Amino acid sequence: MPPSVGFADIFPLVGEMSRRDKGGYRAMTNPAILVAAVLFWLAAWYVNTRLAALRPEAGPMRSLVNLAIPVLFGAAILVLWEGVTRGLEVPSVILPPPSMIWERITDSVPILWADFRQTYVKGVVSGYLIGCSLGFLIAVLVDRSPFWKAGVLPIGNLVSALPIVGIAPIMVMWFGFDWQSKAAVVVVMTFFPMLVNTVAGLNAAGHMERDLMRTYAATRSQSLFKLRLPAAMPFIFNALKINSTLALIGAIVAEFFGTPIVGMGFRISAEVGRLNVDMVWATIFVAALAGSLSYGAIALVERSVTFWHPSMRSGRP
Amino acid sequence: MIRSRLVPILTVVLAIVAVWYAFAVILNAPFERNAAARAGETLGFTELLPRTMAQRRPVLPAPHQVAVEIWDTTAMKPVTSKRSLVHHAWITLSATLLGFAMGTALGIALAVGIVHSRVLDKSMMPWIITSQTIPILALAPMIIVVFNSVGVTGLLPKALISTYLSFFPVAVGMVKGLRSPETMHMDLMHTYSASRAQTFAKLRWPSSMPFLFTSMKIGIAASLVGAIVGELPTGAVAGLGARLLAGSYYGQTVQIWSALIVAAIMAGLLVSLVGWIGGRVNRRMGVREAGA
Repeated sequence: MPPSVGFADIFPLVGEMSRRDKGGYRAMTNPAILVAAVLFWLAAWYVNTRLAALRPEAGPMRSLVNLAIPVLFGAAILVLWEGVTRGLEVPSVILPPPSMIWERITDSVPILWADFRQTYVKGVVSGYLIGCSLGFLIAVLVDRSPFWKAGVLPIGNLVSALPIVGIAPIMVMWFGFDWQSKAAVVVVMTFFPMLVNTVAGLNAAGHMERDLMRTYAATRSQSLFKLRLPAAMPFIFNALKINSTLALIGAIVAEFFGTPIVGMGFRISAEVGRLNVDMVWATIFVAALAGSLSYGAIALVERSVTFWHPSMRSGRP
Repeated sequence: MIRSRLVPILTVVLAIVAVWYAFAVILNAPFERNAAARAGETLGFTELLPRTMAQRRPVLPAPHQVAVEIWDTTAMKPVTSKRSLVHHAWITLSATLLGFAMGTALGIALAVGIVHSRVLDKSMMPWIITSQTIPILALAPMIIVVFNSVGVTGLLPKALISTYLSFFPVAVGMVKGLRSPETMHMDLMHTYSASRAQTFAKLRWPSSMPFLFTSMKIGIAASLVGAIVGELPTGAVAGLGARLLAGSYYGQTVQIWSALIVAAIMAGLLVSLVGWIGGRVNRRMGVREAGA
């Protein structure tokens, strides 16, 4: 059994922490930095207004402009953040400058990678796969009976809105401190959105198409696989996308309740306790990257599976 | 019509309760068997069954144990008592509502800006959409501790977590809503030579209401989760999150489940309240049921 810690060990008493002074990270302290950052921000804003006023015709130019504006805006935010934290000497305990966070990320790649493997590869992915396939299977079963469908749909909708993360302490008790309990939380969190969306999606095929299947004397499974499942795909992918974010949240929050001494949730709570806020930001950066990349990957698959759907066709050149 | 919907729902609820009882018996039985074996007895099923539902720290408490605990800690305790669940629920609820109100107001304000300014739209919208794909809840412990270190404690840090969690869905939904009027209607406003403010007040705002309330439902559920998670790092002082945490320290499963059920009831009530207000507002704004 690996060494594991409960919540009390991770979060020391907050009052005690505030009395401890870490001194912080003080590099160049210069009001000129602040002024330069604000000037950069204003310049970027001005360039963006000009870019936005261009309104180029559709084509590569337009997508370039549409990419350049948010990138410039993001860069301006980072520069402003850097300038304010350095120029006003904001203690790194409150808000570290981005350069310091980046330094921390490049310095601690092995730690961040180990945390990522523990939380994402073990906890999130296994829980996500089990939860989504379970929700899908139950939905296909429930779909056979209008009675169960009428009962499951409103309850599933209700449960999807509940704070399911709260089951984390129970799962930690049942499945132990390691990744299995995190996967269990993820299973429960991803199950209901998948169930509700699949049930709704299986009803999405139009009457005309269904009648056509009947005139072909299609069996139930033929009409399921050839008509209703393909028609349900936009709904299923919607659930997959919602769940990719939910799964990451579930695994990270579950680690706040007890964890071996590795994992993104553990890193966040432990380093917050030591007031190493730059390490917390580094972990959040990894979490954000993991979240947006997995969302993007699912969206890419969706595009190739539901190429026939109007939302995918419109707006493409 | 109502009866035809109610019967299936009740059947599913009953099925869930039945499965819950079954699992309570299965999961709690090993403990009783061990206890009996140590005492040199063997338990028949009829003796085992009631014992599995009356443990003090069961692996899975039976539904009636949770119900009794909720009744004891809400109705039977004075509201001011630290052991009253009403007291804890109110602490969480106040942070949720404050944060939700701030988040919704900010979200609407930003959406109005985005719809009227091309620069804001082009530069911020991609980032707001990206923010939906990342686990921003992970920021919660840091916000609590950082505010603590500068001396701000209590309601506000928790409310800020709820604020940013409800801010993003409301902003996204509201941008969609304010853009929802058809070109025909916008052109009509144009022929009336309506000013931007008039178009906003008479066309954009009313037609955005369904979108606003749909995203407010998501927002208030997220706010509640934010407030609960925000209560964890302060070390189990007060609130539903603190009850969860304290329960997990001391293995008080009944306490965890009752806090969880109360949180679930609260979420259900808040979401349906928002839905109910939304229905009334939509009717007043003249929104017709789509596809009805």
